[in-house]
Amino acid sequence: MTPEGNGKPNTNAVEVRGLKRSFGRQVVLNGVDLEVPAGKIVTIVGPSGCGKTVLLKHLNLLLRPDAGSIIIDGIDVTRMRSAALNSVREKFGMLFQAGALFDSMTVFENVAFPLVEKTSLSREQIRARVLETLTAVGLQGMDAKYPSEMSGGMQKRAALARALVHRPKILMLDEPTTGLDPSRTGAIHDLIRQTQRNFGLSAVMVSHDVPAVFRISDRVAFMHRGRMQLTGTVEEVMASNDDEFKRFLAGRASGDDLENNQVSS
Amino acid sequence: MIERLGASILDGIVALGNFVLFLFNSIAFALIPPYKPRLAVRQIRIIGADSLFLIVLIGAFTGMVLGLQGFTTLRRFGSEGALGTVVALVIVRELGPVLAALMIAARAGSAMAAELGAMQSTEQVDALTVMAINPVQYLVSPRMVAGIISFPLLTTIFDVIGIWGGWVVGCGLMGAPSGDYFNGIAAQLESHDIAIGLYKALCFGVIVMWVSCYKGYHAQRMATGVSRATTEAVVLSSVLILMADYIVGALLL
Ligand SMILES: Nc1ncnc2c1ncn2[C@@H]1O[C@H](COP(=O)(O)OP(=O)(O)OP(=O)(O)O)[C@@H](O)[C@H]1O
Ligand SMILES: [Mg+2]
Repeated sequence: MTPEGNGKPNTNAVEVRGLKRSFGRQVVLNGVDLEVPAGKIVTIVGPSGCGKTVLLKHLNLLLRPDAGSIIIDGIDVTRMRSAALNSVREKFGMLFQAGALFDSMTVFENVAFPLVEKTSLSREQIRARVLETLTAVGLQGMDAKYPSEMSGGMQKRAALARALVHRPKILMLDEPTTGLDPSRTGAIHDLIRQTQRNFGLSAVMVSHDVPAVFRISDRVAFMHRGRMQLTGTVEEVMASNDDEFKRFLAGRASGDDLENNQVSS
Repeated sequence: MIERLGASILDGIVALGNFVLFLFNSIAFALIPPYKPRLAVRQIRIIGADSLFLIVLIGAFTGMVLGLQGFTTLRRFGSEGALGTVVALVIVRELGPVLAALMIAARAGSAMAAELGAMQSTEQVDALTVMAINPVQYLVSPRMVAGIISFPLLTTIFDVIGIWGGWVVGCGLMGAPSGDYFNGIAAQLESHDIAIGLYKALCFGVIVMWVSCYKGYHAQRMATGVSRATTEAVVLSSVLILMADYIVGALLL
């Protein structure tokens, strides 16, 4: 764990090795390996309840693993004390599955929040950037609304705007398009891709929008039974003969998927 | 059996340690930058708006009851002239800080616990953490500062209204001598008495914010968790207020 790990041209923005985590008796992560190459979008797919959100919360260090290691930008953060983590977290832009907008603030204040708290931009610059981002997610004119006054899909987009607005080095998006109509889904996918390209971000994204989301993904990881069953480029994954993945794609969950991924067979 | 007992005692000690650490953190983070004066001002306004009317109402009636009972009692000894002194000392040293704190705990403290509990269960607290913002510093410390500032202010308002209420009933209705009422206060109420009252208000402010924020912050992430946190915040605040009232009173006499 050298501090200069940051400087050398490490090719992975996020690197996870053998990550394990249980809640009580339930094993949720059972040796997850994942690499997010710098400047790429990695999409995690998998049946509901397989631990995708739990994995993301380990990547952004909200949860701590039982075993395994997490390396962010070349820095091993697995056992870092929480006070020291802030310098790592400043690189993150996170979209929570349920949005997690601040409900005491307007949409404008929510999206401006990371800029106000963490940058030295002027009021005018912040205002311009926030309005620009809100327009990009299709929420122009909604800046004075409170989250409770918006639909679920609009909240999702506002939360996405908050995750993108400060152009974080590493984006973590938990189902950015769930609950959106198909045309909006395409537009949001384009926006994520565009933002990622323009600012050279790395992104790890959880999505149920298969196969639509593959269009903007560089790599795909299929999560199943607490580990990555299948990882690779979109072409590799689509060409694979993995039974579970094929069943998942075809929308036919196996019986034990529905039984909350209890290991059996 | 003994193992279980030991484990639960250990859990209790850990919980108590976390509780105390929470207080330490909320004060420590108020002292180190980045400072959030705006958030504190906002909380002072919320506490004031929530509780001011109640404070005035309860203060007036407390004073009126004291005026009534004090007058009938003092008349037996023929010393109605001491009414002002009695009312003022009882309110400033004892009832003002305690009743004001109980009212603010019931009104603003419970609201605070519910708000923080809801923020916790909708992952807003996690969102702060991921943005590299310390949630205790952002959410709890401003409330602690607001409590330290607003409790003495609201207590002072309670005191003034209470003394006035005692005068209205004792002198206005019952006929105690009005001049003696205020002269007695001027002669007998020392700065030491006022200081005791304000110390108490300060302690109670810390207690109410500490307990309410702790309960809300550690609420279980569901609706019943939030409602339980709210109730526990008020109950525990009230118990600790009365205990601290005795301790501070005994120490400062
Ligand atoms: N804080 C927690 N305490 C206990 N169990 C948890 C906790 N968080 C998640 N779990 C369990 O971990 C498992 C995985 O949850 P997770 O939220 O990661 O699923 P997911 O893959 O994101 O599903 P979805 O696609 O529906 O969002 C679930 O079975 C859940 O019950
Ligand atoms: Mg999820």
